[in-house]
Amino acid sequence: MSETATPYGLIAEFATPADAMHAAEKVRDQGFKRWDVYSPYPVHGMDKAMGLKNSKVGWFTFCGGVTGYTLGMVMIWWMNAHDYAIPVGGKPMFSPFSAFPPSYELTILLGAFGALFGMLIVNRLPRLHHPLLKHARFKLASHDRFFIVIECADPSYRGDETRALLESAGGHNIELVEE
Amino acid sequence: MARASKTVNGVQLTAPPQELVREPLVANQRGLGWLSDAVAGISERPTPKWWWPAFLTSLGLMTVCFAMIAYLMSTGVGVWGLGHPVMWGWAIVNFVWWIGIGHAGTLISAILFLLRQRWRTAVNRAAEAMTIFAVMCAGIFPVIHVGRIWFAWWLFPIPNANSIWPQFRSPLMWDVFAVSTYFTVSLLFWYMGLIPDLAVMRDRAKTKLKKFAYGLFSLGWLGANRHWSNYEKAYLLLAGLSTPLVLSVHSIVSLDFSVSQLPGWHTTIFPPYFVAGAVFSGFGMVLTLLIPLRKMCGLEDVITMRHIELMCKVTLATGTIVGYAYGMEVFIAWYSGNPYEQFAFWNRAFGPYWWSYWIMLSCNVFIPQLFWFKKVRRNLAVVWVMSILVNVGMWFERFVIVVTSLNRDFLPANWGYYVPTWVDILTYVGTFGLFFTFFLLFLRFLPIVAIAEVKGVIPQADPHHPLGGAKPGAHH
Repeated sequence: MSETATPYGLIAEFATPADAMHAAEKVRDQGFKRWDVYSPYPVHGMDKAMGLKNSKVGWFTFCGGVTGYTLGMVMIWWMNAHDYAIPVGGKPMFSPFSAFPPSYELTILLGAFGALFGMLIVNRLPRLHHPLLKHARFKLASHDRFFIVIECADPSYRGDETRALLESAGGHNIELVEE
Repeated sequence: MARASKTVNGVQLTAPPQELVREPLVANQRGLGWLSDAVAGISERPTPKWWWPAFLTSLGLMTVCFAMIAYLMSTGVGVWGLGHPVMWGWAIVNFVWWIGIGHAGTLISAILFLLRQRWRTAVNRAAEAMTIFAVMCAGIFPVIHVGRIWFAWWLFPIPNANSIWPQFRSPLMWDVFAVSTYFTVSLLFWYMGLIPDLAVMRDRAKTKLKKFAYGLFSLGWLGANRHWSNYEKAYLLLAGLSTPLVLSVHSIVSLDFSVSQLPGWHTTIFPPYFVAGAVFSGFGMVLTLLIPLRKMCGLEDVITMRHIELMCKVTLATGTIVGYAYGMEVFIAWYSGNPYEQFAFWNRAFGPYWWSYWIMLSCNVFIPQLFWFKKVRRNLAVVWVMSILVNVGMWFERFVIVVTSLNRDFLPANWGYYVPTWVDILTYVGTFGLFFTFFLLFLRFLPIVAIAEVKGVIPQADPHHPLGGAKPGAHH
């Protein structure tokens, strides 16, 4: 490790989801803020073990859905009843019933965009580079291993003390990852 | 009876009685790493020998499809067998058929997710890919059947040359929104599911090009739990949105027919009946694709006999619902006392197209009843043949609905017999080329099983299971 490189964080490896989860509970109880657990699939119960709050993605979906429905209704009224009225078979120029199917589809369409882009925005993705991607063993996080990384930027980070915490929590191959 | 027991991580595990044992979702106790190797390995190994002939054949057929469309555009719809009184022929039959096939993908990815059917994870990726490619094939037909294809953009809410907007009281406009939303949302859902698996491919990639391509499309996914937490919420929301979507798409397709006032079309049973038929044909196609695929790609431990059996059961259930709908249609036609309605159904079963009605009934209602028997459900060859018959039957169902209602109009002066031309036939055959070209490319370059999702359902992934590292006496 060169002297000049800025450290990013401490990485610890775990072999099973249970080990990672118990370690996460310990890290959570120490009051760390800038840390995360990396796993090849979402581990059931890990959100609680990390003390995470409910995800905010739902708000993006909700806003997308409301926008879609409003857009559909207003668009159809404006096009068929206002801008260029088309009389068809003596039917009303605008009816919420015949305007419903397209508006319903637009609700779902924009709601779905809200869910995907909301997830990306909340997760700060896409991100083309990350210090962890340079770490050789970290590749196993998408394979069959579990990692806990505590960032050096965390206010509670205390070099050796933090390393000892991860060690006592059962972490292996504890290393400092460079920025 | 003595029960088998063994010790894992110091925990004494006693097997439940034989009758209560469920077949595991992943056979042979395969672990997390094995799943990555097995699935990612398919596209990492050298191209298998069967791939190129299959791909070139599909590519050739796809060319035929586009050549037929070019011929149609340059000459006119007269090259098809359409004519008074049957003005909707194979194009609409094929449209409804292909879009119906797509429905199983969304049912598996969304509805079974909401119902917590964990077996879906083994088949959802391939089924969703099938959905997307089937909807692409479907989308071709409404566009080309309009006659003057260069005006197809009038369907979109863009003012045309006379500043006239589309007319939204027509179900055909609803269809434009339903089908385009269905395609877009299926693609979004599929892509979101792919993100973690593209990261698996990125982390395993050996060449620079693969590292770059998989790296780009995996959007920098690291598998962080803070990300998983938002990801799972978004996945749940997409499933929640796709469920009403998939039910609405074929309902709206059915409204193309039922909002009109033609005997045989103007019925309220159409939306649920179309949705059940769509799911039925979609599962038929999933079985047709996956039975050879699991063998050729060595995925027997992931897509197990239990999965095949469960899909047969869904096929049986939906086929029986379709059978009920056929029966109810006939009953209502009689009960309505309307002579035109009664004639339409008499004409279906005993008129000039009687053969199509009986092919439909045999393939959709009678033959799937064999799935009541476990022996049949576990015989791969029989299941495969039956899965193809399901889609033969469902194609004929749409043929029966479209053609038999049109060929005998209210007055005998408006009676006719519709036959397709070679252009009709080759366009339809060509869409299989389009479908399989994309499907084979998908097999070659993307993980065909949702790796992260299957990992999540094995016991090794459960922190409260001894195989997942849970220790005796732990506080969980």
